[in-house]
Amino acid sequence: MPALAIEVRGVRRVYSSKKAPIVALDGIDLEVPTGEFFGLLGPNGAGKTTLIKILTTLLSPSSGTASVFGFDVEKDTKKIRRIMNMVAGGEQSGYGILSVREQLWMFTQFYGLAGAEGWRRVDELIEAVGLAEQRLQRVSTLSTGQRQKMNLARGLLNDPWILFLDEPTLGLDVAAARSLRELIVEWRAAVPGRTILLTTHYMAEADELCERIAIVDHGRILAIGSPDELKRRVQRESIFRIELDRLEGGAQALGRLPGVVSATAAAGNEADTDRQSVVMNLVLEDDGALGRVVGDLADRGSHILGLRKSEPTLEDVFVELVGRGFDEAGTDEPGPSAEAIA
Amino acid sequence: MAATMDLVGRAGAGPREAAAWSRRQVLMTNLRSIRGRAYPRVIGLVREPSWVLFEILLPFLGTSAFVFVYRALDAPPQYVGFVVLGGALTAFWLNVIWMMANQLYWEKSQGNLELYFAAPMHFMAILFGMAVGGMVMSSTRAATVLLIAGTVYGVAFSVDQWALLLGVFVLTLGALYGLGMVLASLFLVWGREAWHMGQMLTEPVYFVSGLNFPVARLGFVGALSVAVIPLATGLDAMRQLAFSDAAFPIGTPPPVVEVAILGAMTVISILGARWMLATMERRARRDGRLSVRWQ
Repeated sequence: MPALAIEVRGVRRVYSSKKAPIVALDGIDLEVPTGEFFGLLGPNGAGKTTLIKILTTLLSPSSGTASVFGFDVEKDTKKIRRIMNMVAGGEQSGYGILSVREQLWMFTQFYGLAGAEGWRRVDELIEAVGLAEQRLQRVSTLSTGQRQKMNLARGLLNDPWILFLDEPTLGLDVAAARSLRELIVEWRAAVPGRTILLTTHYMAEADELCERIAIVDHGRILAIGSPDELKRRVQRESIFRIELDRLEGGAQALGRLPGVVSATAAAGNEADTDRQSVVMNLVLEDDGALGRVVGDLADRGSHILGLRKSEPTLEDVFVELVGRGFDEAGTDEPGPSAEAIA
Repeated sequence: MAATMDLVGRAGAGPREAAAWSRRQVLMTNLRSIRGRAYPRVIGLVREPSWVLFEILLPFLGTSAFVFVYRALDAPPQYVGFVVLGGALTAFWLNVIWMMANQLYWEKSQGNLELYFAAPMHFMAILFGMAVGGMVMSSTRAATVLLIAGTVYGVAFSVDQWALLLGVFVLTLGALYGLGMVLASLFLVWGREAWHMGQMLTEPVYFVSGLNFPVARLGFVGALSVAVIPLATGLDAMRQLAFSDAAFPIGTPPPVVEVAILGAMTVISILGARWMLATMERRARRDGRLSVRWQ
């Protein structure tokens, strides 16, 4: 099996426009190992969808090269199309006149499944995504969540080696989005080597699902790494909130321990005379120092009532990298109207 | 659930092996894609009964108007047959202009187009599937109109060469739907103007195809100039073959020549559609026009 599922080298994509050329991708370099759940995180207009369209052979790069499992996106389009599939959020594909079962069967034909095999595959996937009750229902009558489950089933019909998910939970309610995420995770885990490229602007989704994430903005990759690695970029110390039944010697005693940067009473704790516990914020050089703190507390006869680690979010990472929040960052990617004169 | 997901997994083969298809796999995928794309059109026959009103009753009324005009003028009885035959074939032209030529534009709006292009079959298979589905659908409608109108108005067919008539019919459909494939690619490039273009072409083609009169009435040059429209040529040949007992010249040129014209049209239009699709895909990939949804 190839080591890399995706390899992108210096890819630029420039859209023509009446005013000025719009640079959607500005020299992207990216490697995604086979079997990885990789995320592209960025605001609207960052270039995520443009990159997906290049990798799914729907769009040509203006310059640079890209390959999927070693197949060039420009020269080996048919081969790539045989082993990949894609699902987009808010997708309205297919024909409302068909039932869920019929619609999915129609798509099996485009991947060359024999008639009976196609029906069997469809029934398996309908069961797997939890649409058994809706299998004979017309597509036009499905709810948004049901529709997206059907779209996911469509994306799995050819048993792809790589699945491109473009904002797959867009517009779904919390329960439907969670259900879809669980399906995606289970599908990938079932066979080693299955690779997923997810684009999303939901930070929590990327954090939950992805082994590695690239933060993209204005057509460039600003940072790449596991969610933990990215978060460590903005926080090089470990912060814990600890609740004790009592503390002999006060916060200063803890602050003198090796590896402890600071130990302070949590805001409001000192003034609360009725409180039966002590709540403190501990800033440690790294997580390893926590063991020494816990040992010291035991020696002092303190009992730990609660311990919670405070972590930065991916949004903090984005703000650190871009200098603005996600909501402020979004501008639309150039679309067909922008390319009209190309 | 994981077990269910695993059912569709291919143990053993890696992605590169899975991408290496044999010629037979490619062929079968294309054939199955034709079947898959034809399916919604065929199933639509039973799912949307409104077509009985819009595509049988209303065309029947239109045909009836010409029948009464010809009868009032004491035209030869074959003229009633001409109109009935023309009325039946209207279904095919409507199908080509609205459900072939415009279809890719609508597919793009729905998001189907990019899924078709992202799938491994040749895109011509999708066009063939649309054509086959359309032919089945329109043949049902045409046969119904022919049966009802032929019975109601007592049309007497006089056919000497059944095989040639069948051949002309098949070739007419081939040329007509080949033209539909070419138009589909063109209309996709033209985008939203496609709908207006479809509207603009409907009535002129009705007229020059001679749906309600024999094109021989346009004179030799006139008939020859409209021969580039498959429906005109096919209908003219079918009329000559279906009413061979007429005591007056019906069409021009003879059916055998029109068979050759239709055959050439079929081949040229299918090859043209293939070339246009390849060009369209290349341009669309370059310009980013395969999908409307771009974010």
